[in-house]
Amino acid sequence: MDSKVEPGVRYSKTHEWVRVEGAEAVVGISDYAQHKLSDIVFVDLPAAGRELKAGTACMVIESVKAAEEVFAPVSGTVSARNEALVKNPEIVNTDPFGKGWLVRVKLASPVEVDALMDAAAYTSYLATLGE
Amino acid sequence: MARAALQHEGIPVSFIPNTDADRAEMLAAIGAQSVADLFHDVPAEHRFPRLDLPAAASELEVLRELDALSRQNADCGAAPCFLGAGSYRHFIPSVVDYVISRSEFATAYTPYQPEISQGTLQAIFEYQSMIARLTGMEVSNASHYDGATATAEAVIMALNVAQGSRRRVVLSAGVHPHYREVVRTYTQGMRLEILGDDEDKRPAELARLCDATTGCVVVQNPDFFGRVVAPADLAALAKSVHACGALLVVAVNPVSLGLLTPPGEAGADIAVGEGQSLGNTMSFGGPYLGFFAFRREHVRKSSGRIAGQTVDGTGRRGFVFTLSTREQHIRREKATSNICTNQSLNALAAAAYLAALGPRGLARVAELCWHKAHYAASRVGAVPGFRVDGAEFFHEFAVSCPLAPAEINRRLFETHGIIGGYELGGDYPAAGFPARKDQMLFCCTEMNTRDEIDLLARALEEVTHA
Repeated sequence: MDSKVEPGVRYSKTHEWVRVEGAEAVVGISDYAQHKLSDIVFVDLPAAGRELKAGTACMVIESVKAAEEVFAPVSGTVSARNEALVKNPEIVNTDPFGKGWLVRVKLASPVEVDALMDAAAYTSYLATLGE
Repeated sequence: MARAALQHEGIPVSFIPNTDADRAEMLAAIGAQSVADLFHDVPAEHRFPRLDLPAAASELEVLRELDALSRQNADCGAAPCFLGAGSYRHFIPSVVDYVISRSEFATAYTPYQPEISQGTLQAIFEYQSMIARLTGMEVSNASHYDGATATAEAVIMALNVAQGSRRRVVLSAGVHPHYREVVRTYTQGMRLEILGDDEDKRPAELARLCDATTGCVVVQNPDFFGRVVAPADLAALAKSVHACGALLVVAVNPVSLGLLTPPGEAGADIAVGEGQSLGNTMSFGGPYLGFFAFRREHVRKSSGRIAGQTVDGTGRRGFVFTLSTREQHIRREKATSNICTNQSLNALAAAAYLAALGPRGLARVAELCWHKAHYAASRVGAVPGFRVDGAEFFHEFAVSCPLAPAEINRRLFETHGIIGGYELGGDYPAAGFPARKDQMLFCCTEMNTRDEIDLLARALEEVTHA
């Protein structure tokens, strides 16, 4: 499988990505993750205002073959959620790094982002998974 | 060990199909000397305790003994019965038993390889369609164990809709006491704040308990005392509950829906209830049928199994279990519910009953219940010392009595063979419900004849003014 790795964002080992924009971060799942899930049918977005803790499950994505947790890659408060996914969850499949973003988070601890992989490291990481 | 040796040790052998050679091989494989070795962790004196049992009886003797015992029961089929309180005696057309006795259907369980059982899935789908239509809701699940578990699942679903951020549950005292108890049992350890049922509160008072931390408000209509909440009051409650961002759960008697406004029309988010009165016998309290219907927007948070209609690769209609990702065989501890089964045979009885009656038939049953109960209330209310609760009611009504309700019931049964009403004092403590201690809840369905009702009124007069 040839997964796209977007430059300029940070990745977690559980295949979430983070794009820092000022005091906030946009969170999504990687192209690899959406491929693995296959056709996504439902995204159970967390409510705005909810506190997320890095490394803990913050929502569920359901596809035709699985229901998987999404782990918060960073800690913070949900400031916005991608409402377009309520009606059209398949956007996560078609544009995982763009229109398929999941939530915006007001960062509680911006240094957490530094601990995540950059695009090069994530590419090597995917290689170790045999993909 | 040989058969004879097993027998010698008191181990029954009649139903053990493997041979002595099989047993020897198995014992050798695990390194045991004898079958007795397998029990060596159980202290010898506890292995075969002497049981104080009578000598074995023949099948005929057992039947005679059980038959004699059963004659001591007061049979609702023979004795005039005015007992309801959540379990109701209704006429069941013969076709219901015929349908559920067919060998293709005669299993109480939901299939685990469902798609090869198209008939079972279609029957569940038909049941769901009828429940959705009856309650005025968009989706129904395949059913829960009973009204109590369905109510508890509704509370959990409402908390899941709020993603666990709301911990308050407002319960009306008018919800069946057993249902409220099961809600508390199911949710213990979830650190909820369950309140509202410490005294009799009107819908507007319940609405005042609803705040930003409230997940749901649960009411019953008709309530446990038989009282009907006016559609406008229910709609107003729904509005206030929704204004708090909470859900409204309404427990309903399905037969009453032949006459009353469906909860979906009044703004309920989840409608639940006891489906026993739809084609199922009272049968000592179970197995019963919990129905569970809700608005489509919350389908991902719903509990239980859901049968869906689809088409196969060649476009033919077929049925499947759908939205299974909510369920514990897939989601494990994150499942929306720990119930992955349903009451298939009871649900089938309900579907066969509703199909046999049709909407007009059900309306007629509901009308008969209403009229007979109101006739009974007028007769009982005219007996000196008895006072009927003045509220609007469906087929049950609370009556204040001049004597202890338990004593009245004893006399009714012993002197007239009548099964009286439900004694309300046991479920409603005097602190919050001072009037209930002396009250009895009477129920009438289409099964109660005018003669029976007249007999009840005469008997009540006799047993209280003798």
